[in-house]
This record gives sequence, structure tokens and C-alpha cells, in this order.
Amino acid sequence: MFSLEGITSTIQDWLFFKFNPTLALAIECVIVILLAIALFAALGLILVLMERKVAARIQIRLGPNRVGPGGIFQTAADTLKLIMKEGLTPDKADKFLFNLAPFIVMMVAMLLLAPIAFAKNFQIWDINIGVLYISAISSLSVIGILMAGWASNNKYSLLGAMRSGAQIVSYELSAGFAVLTIVVLTGSLQISEIVAAQQNGWWIFKGHIPAIIAFVLYIIAVTAETNRAPFDLAEAESELTAGFHTEYSGMKFALFFLAEYINIFIVCAIGATLFLGGWMPLHIGNWQGFNHIMDFIPSSIWFMGKTFFLIFLIMWFRWTFPRLRVDQLLNLEWKYLLPISLFNLLLVAVIAILGWHF
Amino acid sequence: MFLKEYISDVYNGVSSLLKGMRKTGYYFTHPKEIITEQYPDNRATLVMAERFKGEVVMPHDQNNEHACTGCTACELACPNGTIKVVTKFDITPEGKKKKAVDALVYRLELCTMCNLCVIACPSDAIKMAPNFEHSVFDRSKLTKILNKTGSKIREGIE
Repeated sequence: MFSLEGITSTIQDWLFFKFNPTLALAIECVIVILLAIALFAALGLILVLMERKVAARIQIRLGPNRVGPGGIFQTAADTLKLIMKEGLTPDKADKFLFNLAPFIVMMVAMLLLAPIAFAKNFQIWDINIGVLYISAISSLSVIGILMAGWASNNKYSLLGAMRSGAQIVSYELSAGFAVLTIVVLTGSLQISEIVAAQQNGWWIFKGHIPAIIAFVLYIIAVTAETNRAPFDLAEAESELTAGFHTEYSGMKFALFFLAEYINIFIVCAIGATLFLGGWMPLHIGNWQGFNHIMDFIPSSIWFMGKTFFLIFLIMWFRWTFPRLRVDQLLNLEWKYLLPISLFNLLLVAVIAILGWHF
Repeated sequence: MFLKEYISDVYNGVSSLLKGMRKTGYYFTHPKEIITEQYPDNRATLVMAERFKGEVVMPHDQNNEHACTGCTACELACPNGTIKVVTKFDITPEGKKKKAVDALVYRLELCTMCNLCVIACPSDAIKMAPNFEHSVFDRSKLTKILNKTGSKIREGIE
């Protein structure tokens, strides 16, 4: 049966057999970096195309359908165009920060990739504080956005960046609480242990209603954190032209764009890991036959399927809901999401202590 | 009381959002709802709506006869001088002179498709046609004479 675990262990054995341990580790690092970059490029192309197709279908249109069969090469052509474009830097901009910002945003996205379990035993870094690491790193992206907004020397950029800052700082809280509910249920911050705890059922089923509430809160909060509609005030096209990346062009713009989609992928991957069991196949209680059939589907496909389901959900939000005003945005967080998530966390703590979950 | 309002707020908010998602979800799962016309590809099967106003035409029957009396009502109704009616005098068999249209000059490049000329026409001689492929390389080709050469007014229209 196909498994990524087998491939990685074969490569590792071969490297350690051929080279001395230090060199082998270095080569492994290079391979991981290349794989991460390849994944980024592929995800960028796939997600942008998916977004455009989903948007088209929801708006009763056809979407891109000219470049390649069904338009599948559309995003590749767009990328080619962006690569060939000139990367302008505005005259009065802070040149250093302006050019640094897209790379910071990109780097944060790359760092977040480390603790994600893509398949069974296929994880770059199984750190024992995985969930904490993710919440810590994901809030760093606001620095890149603020840097871009400030350095552009443009009022729209600055306004967009400030909105984005306010938004990420507020919604980090309820996202954190939603993640904490699962940490309370599992009793561990390590991604691999969280996945292992869902062997006999995903947390969204095992955790009763509080887990479902936490899931909904998580999806809302991460939609806001990734600056996507209905929370896309930071780049509200109709008010701020493009928000913090108004002044960017060419490849630097493409990096912001890519980072946005990578961030969506990452938050959905984390959501899938926490609530939908990560790479764990769907198991139902004691149905041995059913569980056995489900085990035959490779774990990487399970993981990608769940992640793309969540991505689709977020895209569905984007093309259905109208944008919030900034005061409505903060109202929603501080008056609704935060109290609900605090109460929910309390409920989950009671459930976990009394052992009411399955 | 406050708590009750709070909960009903949350409930109403979530249910209205779900209503919207249900609609868009329906569109997503039903590709037959797609209304995009792939225009140059489906040119042969393209169906234009009845109400579409593309240009003014004058229908002629099989005897090359139209219904225009040359009354110039359309010219007067036109807000921007698109139509110019050139009249002539026909001699009837009884030897009387009768006003008739010589050329109904229609300048498409000035027309706003407001339909006022069609409304003004007392004998329904002109109507709006659903053609929309009007682009030409020479601007003078947009000035059209609507009555065909050698056409005459249909019997019985005053």
C-alpha cells in the first residue's frame, strides 16, 4: 500500500548508509526545504484556481476556461505574467522595509508548515508544544503586514495594515480558545498526540456540542485571521483599493498573494488536525469491516481531503457573505465570539474532568 | 431578559447566514444554473431576448413593400437627431400628389436605442431588431438607409 512514511524512511536509511550522520542530516534539510517550496508553489497554483472556479460556480459563471482544458493552466499563466512584470518600489517608500515585508509574510507561512502532520509519521518537526508554536508564529504575520503598510508611504496601505492589525489581535483570542478546547480534551499540545487521541473518533464527534461550537468559532476566527471575506477589511477593494499591498507589483505582490493562500491552507490543515482527526481515517465505534475499508485509503489522502473540505468551506463563506464594517467586526469578536468561547472552554473543562466525552 | 436577547441575536445571525449559504451552495451544486453565454463559440445557437434593442430596422414584406408614410414623426421624436426622413411626392393613378418616403436615413453611431421613434411611428413601420454585431472599420458604414431600394408603401396605409 502506498505510504509516505515508507518513502521517507527508505530515503533516510539510504542517506545514513551512504554519508556520515551530519551530512545526511544536512541533505535531509535541503530535501525538506525543496519539498516545502514545491508544496508552496503547487498549493498557490491549485488554490488560486480552486478559488476562481468555486467563485464562478457560486456566482453562476463558468470561471477561467480558456488556458488549457477547463482553464487548469490559468494560474500558471498568471504566475508567468507576474514573474515577467517589473517590481516597482515607490519613490518615497522605506525601501528596505518595503522589500523585506513580503518575505517576512512568506517566512511566517513557511515556519507554520513545520509541525503539520501531512500523513502518518510524515511531519517535518513533531515539537511537543506544536499547538502553542502554531498560535505563536501565526500572529507574527501581522508584523509583515504592518511593515508593508507602513513602508509603502500610502494612506490606503497604512489604513489596511492598521485594520489588519486590529483584526488579527482580536481574533487571535477566540482562535486560541477554540484550539484550547481540543488541548483540554486531549491533554497534550503535541500534534501527533492530538491526532492519536482521535483514533476511535474525531473530536468534533467525540466532544459533543462544545467541540462543534469550538469548531465553528475556530473557522470564523481563522477566516478573520487570514484577512478573507467577510473579514477582508484589510484589503477591502472598494474602499482601500487593495489595502496593505496596494503599492506592490510583480513578484512581491505574488508573494503576498501566495502567502494569503498558504495561510488559508495552514489554518485549514490545523483545523482538520484538531477537529477532524488529521490524517486519521474515519472510524465508527466497533464496525470492524467499515474501519478496515477506511484504513485502506492512504492517510495523506485523508488529510488533504479534510483540509480541502475546510478550504472549500472558507471559500464558500467568502463568496456568500458581505463584508463587515470595522466596528461590526470588533463587536462580533468582543461581544459574541469571546464570551461564547470562554463559556465553551469552561464547559469543555467540565466535560474533560468528568470524562463525559467518549 | 438581556441573555434572552443575546441568544436570539446569535440564533438569528447564524440562521440568516446559513440561509445565504444554502442559496450559494445550491448554485455551486447545480451547474445547469450557469448563465454564462460563451459568445463567439455559440454564435450559431445564440438566442437574444425579445426585448433586446440593438438597432432600428424597417421590416419589408415579400413584395418589397414597407409601411412608412414618410410622416417624419420618428424624426421629430428622436432626441439626438439620429433619424432623418427625406420625403418625395409620388403621383397617384388619379393624378394627385402624395407624400412618400424617399430615404429614411438612420445613423447608428448616434442612436441610444431609446425606442422613442418606434413608439412615435403611427403605422408601425419601424421596429427594434436584436442585432448587436455592429462594429465596422469605416464609420460611414454606420449611416444606413432603412427603406430598401425600389421599395414602396404597402396598399391601404395612410
